[in-house]
Amino acid sequence: MSQTDVLAGLAEILEEVAGVDPAAVTPEKTFIDDLDVDSLSMVEVVVAAEEKFGVKIPDDDVKTLKTVGDAVSYIQRAGVAA
Amino acid sequence: MTRSPRRVVVTGLGATTPLGGDVASTWEGMLAGRSGVVRLETDWIDTVPVHIAAPLAVEPPLGRVEARKLDRTQQMALVTAREAWADAGSPEVDPLRLAVSVGSGIGGVLTLLSQYDVLKAQGARKVTPHVVPMLMPNGPAATVGLELGAKGGVRAPVSACASGTEAIALAYELIRSGRADVVVTGGTEAAIAPLPIAGFAQMQALSRRNDSPTTASRPFDKARDGFVLGEGAGMLVLEAEEFARARGARIYAYLSGAGISSDAYHVAAPEPTGAGAARAVVEALECEGLSPSDIVHVNAHATSTPVGDIAESKALHLALGPAVANAAVTATKSMTGHLLGAAGAVEAVATVLALRDRIVPATRNLDALDDEIELDVVAMENRAIGSGAALSNSFGFGGHDACLAFTTS
Repeated sequence: MSQTDVLAGLAEILEEVAGVDPAAVTPEKTFIDDLDVDSLSMVEVVVAAEEKFGVKIPDDDVKTLKTVGDAVSYIQRAGVAA
Repeated sequence: MTRSPRRVVVTGLGATTPLGGDVASTWEGMLAGRSGVVRLETDWIDTVPVHIAAPLAVEPPLGRVEARKLDRTQQMALVTAREAWADAGSPEVDPLRLAVSVGSGIGGVLTLLSQYDVLKAQGARKVTPHVVPMLMPNGPAATVGLELGAKGGVRAPVSACASGTEAIALAYELIRSGRADVVVTGGTEAAIAPLPIAGFAQMQALSRRNDSPTTASRPFDKARDGFVLGEGAGMLVLEAEEFARARGARIYAYLSGAGISSDAYHVAAPEPTGAGAARAVVEALECEGLSPSDIVHVNAHATSTPVGDIAESKALHLALGPAVANAAVTATKSMTGHLLGAAGAVEAVATVLALRDRIVPATRNLDALDDEIELDVVAMENRAIGSGAALSNSFGFGGHDACLAFTTS
């Protein structure tokens, strides 16, 4: 899946879960400080992303996903591995 | 040196009920004698023996993202807190002197039930991470505290159907004792679901008038056969009198007493002589030296159960003596149904407005007063009252008794 597709999919999830404007979802943005997604909502984002992209994102790995770009790369890699 | 306790005033009101989405429409509905009880149209209705309830008239006006992290009890607490806060003129208060006291009888039971369904059907990974904050019984109080930035303590009394009144009683003490200047206080409940209905029905507590929803809730009437489950929330802004006067706030009424007692008799049945409930009433009167003859109005707990309404009549006689004859008694649950932990808060709002407008809304569906009810129950037509004091009673499973006394001066 291309970076653009994953980014668009994440933006969709962030809008659904946390009301984030899709235009604000760019790779350099941090989930917590820039997009105001708290740790509980981040869990929802992860579960929705697992379903949408058919990947597994273990809880320990979630902590390493600080920015949208981190998540996009992780999902792309996990998708290839699967 | 002792300082006399501070007086407490009501400066803001909020409500969402089966009669309306705010205070104005709820009060208008009560004065018009409307019923909020309907036949439920849901896919689970045939799984339970009771098919009627009193749902909210207006869904809480919240955004989708805001609403999805909040249980329905929290949504209702939030919208009524916003209404009451705005009604009070959004007081500027030191956050450390602002407290919250909001009760709920059952807490986030709709979330608990729906997420348990998710767990069973889809597994643990699909359970929302918001489930615990949504189902915890202090959740509504916390929601209001976060909304207003209250740092003076957020409290959540739980005493079944007395929760809302107990929360307001606690708020009264917080201000009176000088621990807070402003308290946002009330109750909220949302439990219209098969499990609570089945449970109350098994207790033989609910009316079975499935074919006649609007006549099912009939407190004090000979033919009453149980309460009607309702949902909603009520909220008040209480302030220390000097604080409210210093900022030029509009004052609806004084909260001039609050009493809490317990029956120690049975987990669900009221103590039949009314002695426990009477102690709560007497305590409310004694807080600021009211006498029984001051009481011009009582908003009774009166849920429409056969034994509860009689016990309350006896309790009022024990507490007020012959002066009970001067009190115009009403049972607004005849219109709203029984809002459980929100009932006392909504009824506190109605009691304050009755004092302000000097009118008591008539009890709906009171065709023939039960012979064992020896009270002047307002029926058929609303009744004008003079200035004075008014009581609001609430009693809850567990033997909780609570009473608030409001005055015009």
